[in-house]
Amino acid sequence: MSDRYSAFALARHALQPNLPWPRAWASPEPRRTYDAVIIGGGGHGLATAYYLARNHGLTNVAVLERSYIGSGNVGRNTTLIRSNYVIDGNTQFFEHSLKLWEGLSHDLNFNCMVSQRGQIVLAVSPGQLDTFARRGNIMRLNGIDAELLDRGEVMKLLPYLDYSKEARWPIWGGILQRRAGTVRHDAVAWGYARAASQRGVHIIENCEVTGFVIENGQAVGVETTRGRIAAGKIGIAVAGHTSHVARMAGLRLPVESHILQAFVTEPVKPIVDHVVSWGAELFYLSQSDKGGLVFGGHIDGFNTYTQRGQFPKIQTVAECAVSLMPFISRLRLLRHWGGIQDMTPDGSPFICRTPVKNLYLNGGWCYQGFKATPASGWTFAHTMAHDEEHELNRCYSLDRFEKGGELDDYGIGNWTYKQ
Amino acid sequence: MMIPCPYCGNRDHSEFRYGGDASKARPAHGAGDPKAWHDYCFLFDNPKGPHTEYWQHVLGCRRWFRLNRNTATNEIGGPA
Repeated sequence: MSDRYSAFALARHALQPNLPWPRAWASPEPRRTYDAVIIGGGGHGLATAYYLARNHGLTNVAVLERSYIGSGNVGRNTTLIRSNYVIDGNTQFFEHSLKLWEGLSHDLNFNCMVSQRGQIVLAVSPGQLDTFARRGNIMRLNGIDAELLDRGEVMKLLPYLDYSKEARWPIWGGILQRRAGTVRHDAVAWGYARAASQRGVHIIENCEVTGFVIENGQAVGVETTRGRIAAGKIGIAVAGHTSHVARMAGLRLPVESHILQAFVTEPVKPIVDHVVSWGAELFYLSQSDKGGLVFGGHIDGFNTYTQRGQFPKIQTVAECAVSLMPFISRLRLLRHWGGIQDMTPDGSPFICRTPVKNLYLNGGWCYQGFKATPASGWTFAHTMAHDEEHELNRCYSLDRFEKGGELDDYGIGNWTYKQ
Repeated sequence: MMIPCPYCGNRDHSEFRYGGDASKARPAHGAGDPKAWHDYCFLFDNPKGPHTEYWQHVLGCRRWFRLNRNTATNEIGGPA
């Protein structure tokens, strides 16, 4: 088990090169029974386990991961954090998440490299700038920082964009959230795993759940590839495969699995200081510490569990990048990859109880899961510990479509593959 | 991914628009049970495996058709 990371520990290990760093988290044999079991050792599952221990004193907890820690979407996203949501419920939830990000490295004693470099969303028409003003007003009324920028201000901050008359989408201005930014995503998984493990949580890798044990409408355990494990409470946090796992408990969900691709170019010298999102198409970029430009786009548009993306989306994303920054047209894409995510009819997630007693659901993250990780774990831990929703996730119930409680932040309507 | 349009033949998927799960049964017109409509509109089987779905050849002949595809491999089993 690892000791506390500090400058002193770093110096001690530097002076004693034969002293290996201890494993960051323990690798115990699973017990036969736990107070709570969380299925899925991604960011959300690990964060839930950590906050169950930290906030609610529940330490007889196991996280079951079918592969290894960091193998899923926590290592496949584009690492952005922000809290610029419009609809009540989303606005407060994602702001809570951003506040937790701001103190996360200290809380976990693990450097997550939280970089609040600011996010600028570019408006490409006067009408869009008006909607950004409305968004900014909503954010500021909720105590969240937002600044509306005119074209000149954007030109000062982002001098490298195409402001020529030939630009297909002229830049009219933008909205800036200075507290937004990026986080090293692997460190989030490792940091939560280590911090949870230090508090007694069992992290069981290479342990796939193959079924639920349900007695009298109540979940009492799971069948796994490492045997049956009894549990007082069971949480599902497997976004991407939520339908697949929930079906084993007899649940049919408002979720379709879709692929989202991400891209990194070959490394170049520092040029992009912020996170830049475009209003003309769902496209955004940032620059990694290694110098690669990280591009994100929209989902491919049809449901699939394959982690292989389709070529037309690569083309679209490259076109967006070159439209905004024509000088990178000769830059080569170094890598691209896909992650599978739960798309929901309104583009918002579920953190809630389910019709099966003692079975709880965390999923439906669409493509906003990474930035939500701390608040997701925080509120899901509360929901599991108290068998009721926290005020921040009361809106993320499974029955919200029956009750007219859609949280359609994009205003698109009931389309999983358009959100 | 190439998609076989029943009229135009194999074309790249970028010519098509995805139209969702085709295995759902739409409740009868005027059916008053909100639960049946909720389940039809909002719930998905979302299988990891064989799936029957709607596509439209939106940049071609504009025909709507059903397609069998395996969501675990993207292997296409032809028009359904």
